[in-house]
Amino acid sequence: MTGPREPHVPSLLETERGTFRRRQGVRSVLVGALSTALLGAVLVTVVVGSPGWERVRETFFDLGVAREALPAVLTGLWLNLRVLVFCALGALALGLLVAIMRTLRGPVFFPLRALAASYTYGFRGAPLIIVLYLMTFGVPGLRLEGTPSVLVLGGIALVVTYGAYIAEVFRAGIESVHPSQIAAARSLGLTYTQAMRWVVLPQAVRRVSPPLLNDMVALQKDVGLISLAGPIDAIRAAQIATAQTYNFTPYVVAGVLFVLMAIPLVAVTDWVTVRAARRQSSEGAR
Amino acid sequence: MSELERLSRLEGDVPVLRARGVRKEFRGDVVLDGLDLDVPEHGVVVLIGASGSGKSTLLRCANLLEPISDGSIHLDGEHVTDPRVDQDSVRRRIGMVFQAFNLFPHMSVLDNVTLAPRRVHRRRRAEAEERGRALLDRVGLLDKADEYPDRLSGGQQQRVAIVRALVNSPRLLLLDEVTSALDPELVGEVLDLVRGLREDGMTMLLATHEMGFARQVADTVCFLDGGRILEQGPPERVLGDPTEPRTRRFLQRIIDAGRL
Repeated sequence: MTGPREPHVPSLLETERGTFRRRQGVRSVLVGALSTALLGAVLVTVVVGSPGWERVRETFFDLGVAREALPAVLTGLWLNLRVLVFCALGALALGLLVAIMRTLRGPVFFPLRALAASYTYGFRGAPLIIVLYLMTFGVPGLRLEGTPSVLVLGGIALVVTYGAYIAEVFRAGIESVHPSQIAAARSLGLTYTQAMRWVVLPQAVRRVSPPLLNDMVALQKDVGLISLAGPIDAIRAAQIATAQTYNFTPYVVAGVLFVLMAIPLVAVTDWVTVRAARRQSSEGAR
Repeated sequence: MSELERLSRLEGDVPVLRARGVRKEFRGDVVLDGLDLDVPEHGVVVLIGASGSGKSTLLRCANLLEPISDGSIHLDGEHVTDPRVDQDSVRRRIGMVFQAFNLFPHMSVLDNVTLAPRRVHRRRRAEAEERGRALLDRVGLLDKADEYPDRLSGGQQQRVAIVRALVNSPRLLLLDEVTSALDPELVGEVLDLVRGLREDGMTMLLATHEMGFARQVADTVCFLDGGRILEQGPPERVLGDPTEPRTRRFLQRIIDAGRL
């Protein structure tokens, strides 16, 4: 070992480089600020200065109408949120199950594989609205004992449709884990199931969490389609309010609330992904 | 008595690993072509040979990671290529170390080491971790127990992989070119560890390109060529004075590449 070193004094070269970089940094911030301000000014001038702006402002951004519509829209949003939580959990569970079924090897599992494959083919192709109508109008039409409420049936339609997308996302994640990881796990005496559970799935889920989040945000918006079958969600509530006031502001209120609802979801997933990457690898911290 | 039953009763001076007439085909390519091999208790058998000569395939077949196309493999006298044998229980008795380490990147070093004890042998976490830490301490990596594998150097990762393979107290350790993915200055620490295992009497079957190392640790060196063992014997003879022209040519190429 060498002894304690003298503190490093930057050379003239490095000092000059530092000065240059700082100057460049300040310049790029200024340029960025200026171009943003310019673009903003142009947008505001074009929109606010347009001949129809006054009417658009009255029909889309009326604060009074917004305040009146808010309680009804919020009540609808509460329904969205509840349906979303159940459908998200259901679709994730179904998707994972189907993805695992598709990766099973061996002739014994052929029926499971075939079932899983045809499910993903079928429901990724089927338009959600058709599935929703079939479930919410078709199933009650059978007049069976104990048919669940329209809300539950609509939820099932969402779960089976989104489960098909999510299954493919999970399958891509599972297949992205290198086979050598399974070989290592099996060489330790883990069974196929144990290797899946403890080695493959944790890595797969981490890798696909950004696209899964995408599906969750898309689901959040499609949850509103349940209103086609009767239940009043946020958008339907906004529609009713709009019809009463001849003013479109309630739609904007609902839109803003949807965006606000998505932000925490996005933020949490970003945070989880970054943290996992940073913990696992020195490169992930970049 | 059927052939399978006869094989499972094979008695005598039982080697830890016995391969007889092992054949392996991949889509028509013959990788192993009727190979015979014995690894005696506490013995160290080293496989050498060009890339594609079947070294890695033989190790993977021995660990039942690849099904063989013909022949038989016995572990401690038990016929393990009998389809009725529980493969997972066989693998629990064999440790394997891979060229590319194959550590689990989402787990800390300690979790990598204790995965099998906790999930396969159902040990309590505290008990498994105590043993895991003791083993890590022996290879000088106790201070890395809570790190993730990607933060370790290649040599450290490979030492962790060896500890992970040892944690089941295997009857046989398979090492597949464990230094091939390492920078030259990191090779030594891994080879030292393998030398130490030899002193402890671990039974090992390993494939390597490090001829100097093979000479030091091997009881028997086997030269593989075209899926067969072309020549085998004590390292001084096979590496020093090979009889087969092909072995001579192979060693000459290694010398030319400056690796002997």
